[in-house]
Amino acid sequence: MANVISDETIEYVGILAKLELSEEDKENAKKDMADMLDYIDKMGELDTDGVEPMSHIFPVRNVMRDDVVTNGDGSADTLKNAPESNDEAFIVPKTVD
Amino acid sequence: MAKTYEAVIGLEVHVELATKTKIFCGCSTAFGGAPNTHTCPVCTGMPGSLPVLNRQVVEYAAAVGLATNCTITQNCKFDRKNYFYPDNPQNYQISQLYLPICRDGHVDIELSDGTVKPVRIHEIHMEEDAGKLVHDDWDDVSYVDFNRSGVPLIEIVSEPDMRSAQEVIAYLEKLRLVIQYLGASDCKLQEGSMRADVNLSVREAGSAEFGTRTETKNLNSFSAIQRAIEAETARQIDLLEAGQPVIQETRRWDDNKGYSYAMRSKEDAQDYRYFPDPDLVPVDISDEWLEEIRSRQPEFKTEKMKRYKEEFGIPDYDIDIITDSKKMADIFEEATALCNKPKKVSNWLMVETMRLLKEKSMDASDLTFSAANLAKLVNLTEAGTINSSVAKEVFEKIFSDDIDPDVYVEEHGLKQVNDESALRQTVEEIVAANPQSVEDYRGGKEKAIGFLVGQTMKAMKGKANPAMVNQMLKEILSR
Repeated sequence: MANVISDETIEYVGILAKLELSEEDKENAKKDMADMLDYIDKMGELDTDGVEPMSHIFPVRNVMRDDVVTNGDGSADTLKNAPESNDEAFIVPKTVD
Repeated sequence: MAKTYEAVIGLEVHVELATKTKIFCGCSTAFGGAPNTHTCPVCTGMPGSLPVLNRQVVEYAAAVGLATNCTITQNCKFDRKNYFYPDNPQNYQISQLYLPICRDGHVDIELSDGTVKPVRIHEIHMEEDAGKLVHDDWDDVSYVDFNRSGVPLIEIVSEPDMRSAQEVIAYLEKLRLVIQYLGASDCKLQEGSMRADVNLSVREAGSAEFGTRTETKNLNSFSAIQRAIEAETARQIDLLEAGQPVIQETRRWDDNKGYSYAMRSKEDAQDYRYFPDPDLVPVDISDEWLEEIRSRQPEFKTEKMKRYKEEFGIPDYDIDIITDSKKMADIFEEATALCNKPKKVSNWLMVETMRLLKEKSMDASDLTFSAANLAKLVNLTEAGTINSSVAKEVFEKIFSDDIDPDVYVEEHGLKQVNDESALRQTVEEIVAANPQSVEDYRGGKEKAIGFLVGQTMKAMKGKANPAMVNQMLKEILSR
């Protein structure tokens, strides 16, 4: 248990995630995050000299499409996913700036 | 003695690419569709949907990079920029942080005193646009339209090399010209297909240190950019003079009020937690592909100017104006190829076209008439089929509706009257009806003939051959 998450850190992560956390939530989250960091720290035990950073597992490159319109009017399906909508747009709490 | 300050300015320019489809899905990018009609699971961030890169976006981005002297990153990839906002359905924007497609370029700008200054480009990366929020005036809600979500953008990030609004505008004009020539975007600030965010700090002139910078957004015209830069420079100098710190923040410019204010949400420095997008495989741009893109680069303004001078022998001033717009240059070249009268074509573009563009507050890139119809008009005028005042009238119809002048002149009976006897009859009538002018002319007032020419033209509904009318009048009056 090398990692300790401070109150400030969990507060900040909560702001970034737009979550309001109760005191109990915070304590649990602090423990979970510390565990995750400990787990990641295992990497430090390995000798990674000369190993290229890897972002993708498969050696696949250049998956691309031509610039041709293939989709039609998707509004009906799109709006099915809206928690709230009028007949053409999603409705969300007023968000300015 | 008062301190002198200088502004240090760098720009982040977003350009919407002119592709037919979005960057990661086959939805249309057409402007003005009803809300959410150009959407699918990919561009609305539905779980399980997979993005597939539009090849044309890579080609446009690389083409802009080549034209701005950048090094192309031949193995680049996409990263996720995480933030929460209702216009961003995935809760991340797909962008490029670690390996942007273009780096270390520059464009040369010409300053008013004629000196040339390079402005360095730090990088150009590919990314997707966000959706649009419309705020309700009465209810406490916003409406979200995802038609713009996933529209391809490139972001061109300059180094802080500019020192004044003039330099900034020269830089933006240069970028716009290059990108329009490439056909990669129409670059319209008013319509948002080109957006510039201004990073600005001030420091004592001569200092090597940078001051604290602010970022100003919402600049929708060159004049707004100019005013915002001047206002922000003055605001920061005032703060420094008063011994107060400049706060690093994002400010929103209000062009009507002429000042900027700090944006609330950006007061906390953002932590975007970038990481490579696992859904998008890396992009390798082979030497062959890059060469192919390079070989398709168009002739840019500088080369065009040189060629026009050698090939067409039209004045430098005309060449400069015509080559300022790819559209105008295309029309010029095509019409000239058809009628082989460069000076005449150039005159139509320089005088009537420029006048109508100004009158209708249009940009040269909005021109819709075909070069073929302009060439026909030049031929009609040169052959004496129509006189110059009729030609102007016909040109207005070409400009607005791209009519075929051959057909139009025929249908509206606008052919010039060159018939000697018909002209003579009208001229005799005018002379008989205006004894005063005749007397004035004979008494030495040469200008009086102008009135008689005008009356004759009017009587013949503008279609008389003015040279013949002039000739005839002189002959009759000297009798």
